[in-house]
Amino acid sequence: MIQAKVKILSNIKAGPNYYRMTLACPAAAKKIKPGQFFQVRCGNKSLDPFLRRPFSVHNVDKKGNIEILYQTIGKATVLLSDKKSGDALDIIGPLGNGFEQRTANSERRTSIIVAGGMGVAPMLFLAERLVHRRQTTDHRKVIVLIGAKNKKNLLCEKEFRSLGCDVKISTDDGSKGKKGFVTDALKGLLNANRYTLNATLYACGPSPMLEEIAKIAAANKIESYGSFEEHMACGMGNCYGCVVKTKKGYKRICKDGPVFDLGEIEW
Amino acid sequence: MVKKHKRRSPGMSVQIGKIGMENPVMVASGTYEYNEVTKELIDIKQFGAIVTKTITLRPREGNPLPRTCETYAGLLNAIGLQNKGLNAFLIESIPSLKKLRIPIIVSISGDTAGEFKELAGNLAEREEVAGIELNLSCPNLTNKRLFAQNADATYDVVCQVREMTDKTIIAKLTPNVTNISEIARSAERAGADAISLVNTFFGMAIDIKKREPKLGNVTGGLSGPAIKPIALRMVWDVSKKVKIPIIGMGGIMSGEDAIEFIIAGASAVAVGTGSFINPNLGIEIIRDIKKYLSKNNINGMKQLTGSLAERS
Repeated sequence: MIQAKVKILSNIKAGPNYYRMTLACPAAAKKIKPGQFFQVRCGNKSLDPFLRRPFSVHNVDKKGNIEILYQTIGKATVLLSDKKSGDALDIIGPLGNGFEQRTANSERRTSIIVAGGMGVAPMLFLAERLVHRRQTTDHRKVIVLIGAKNKKNLLCEKEFRSLGCDVKISTDDGSKGKKGFVTDALKGLLNANRYTLNATLYACGPSPMLEEIAKIAAANKIESYGSFEEHMACGMGNCYGCVVKTKKGYKRICKDGPVFDLGEIEW
Repeated sequence: MVKKHKRRSPGMSVQIGKIGMENPVMVASGTYEYNEVTKELIDIKQFGAIVTKTITLRPREGNPLPRTCETYAGLLNAIGLQNKGLNAFLIESIPSLKKLRIPIIVSISGDTAGEFKELAGNLAEREEVAGIELNLSCPNLTNKRLFAQNADATYDVVCQVREMTDKTIIAKLTPNVTNISEIARSAERAGADAISLVNTFFGMAIDIKKREPKLGNVTGGLSGPAIKPIALRMVWDVSKKVKIPIIGMGGIMSGEDAIEFIIAGASAVAVGTGSFINPNLGIEIIRDIKKYLSKNNINGMKQLTGSLAERS
């Protein structure tokens, strides 16, 4: 884990209000696990925005560069989108518990990734790692269900396909893929394919989506893990601001998560 | 051969009650937890002392979400003192804190003076605990009135805790009062060894789309640089009215901020919210104070504390 000023290599528009930023970060890149995040100071020394903002790692390459994928939704992300290649960015990370740490015994199973909206951000990195394992130990399949508002807001389809994942799209308005929620696509997949009942589910997206996935997973007795998002103040486990209610009380998303076993969450 | 002694930083040490600190910089209660993340990011052993998150007799679940909300140059929080309770604290947290070899000050809170007394009684027996900070001022509890909003209630709690222990007692006061000096004097009369100033200011924020409060608890406590000038003025006010040392805090973001508090009358300072953005803040402040002392030929913290001059 590091706190450092790293160099921005590129900051490119990836869709309406979406950006992909690449950072040179060899000191931390090797140790990053899918689902982990960085706390980023978006406004340099300014007091507005005041706090850092968390961004999950979207991709890591062999040169030690990391990518984040983000949407401009407020002051901080707009400031981030204004940054140019060559600028320095103050980051802390990698933080949190990612997906792999939670799924030590599931290498041999089919993996189903469910990503809703911006939830694709950490899932590309996860898919890359799962596919890599598949090539080395075989017998597994990585299925990716992406849900988006519409075709315009659909992210990363091409990237998941080029990894060799089996990609299925759902959009709210039917402008691409199947019309409906990504959770409906998940139900359909599980009903139609018996082998998927021994799969591990990995999810990231809005809280109602995670709740629905937890229900589906429970009904089918499937292991399911979800990455949670919440406003964070410190990101280091100090303040207990970003919590999620679990069967064992409130847990910190930044430190105990952001990935939790969905079966442990109290909805 | 002459034995080499570790040279202490010239004039950086301070005395808070019975606690001798190597330097005047502490962490503010509720803003630091010793864990595997923070131990990599913050060299906590360099601090003068550590103040723990507030503990209560029984575990507390904390408040509903959302618990934090960013504001202009500030942070609203309504955590609600989530903690695992006294017993788990003594068993799980004390051993690892002890290894840091810096003074440990345990922050406590209760719904009644009796609960403060019971907590203090338990902590009094632990040699690892250097001092007790009484959180008389958490704004996020069900009690509408805070102990530190009333001089008599403050006096009562401090007195009862004083009966239980000879350890250093620090009263942490709320700024949400008409006359903070009156409350501070009350704590001093009751036997407090020091005063922590200030806890957060009552505040709120509203989501205008939903017309809902942005915090699950509706209101919360404001911290960060937005409150610094008010906190500074309160430290200055109180320092003229009490003889016991003051630990100044509220929006400290730099060495300059910290030195302002010291000149206003604080014997020590605490960093909190600022360290969320810059985990290295405390260490930078220690370095900056050291530089300031040597640059201005000041021989000790005592010379700097309360050295505010009249405008020429």
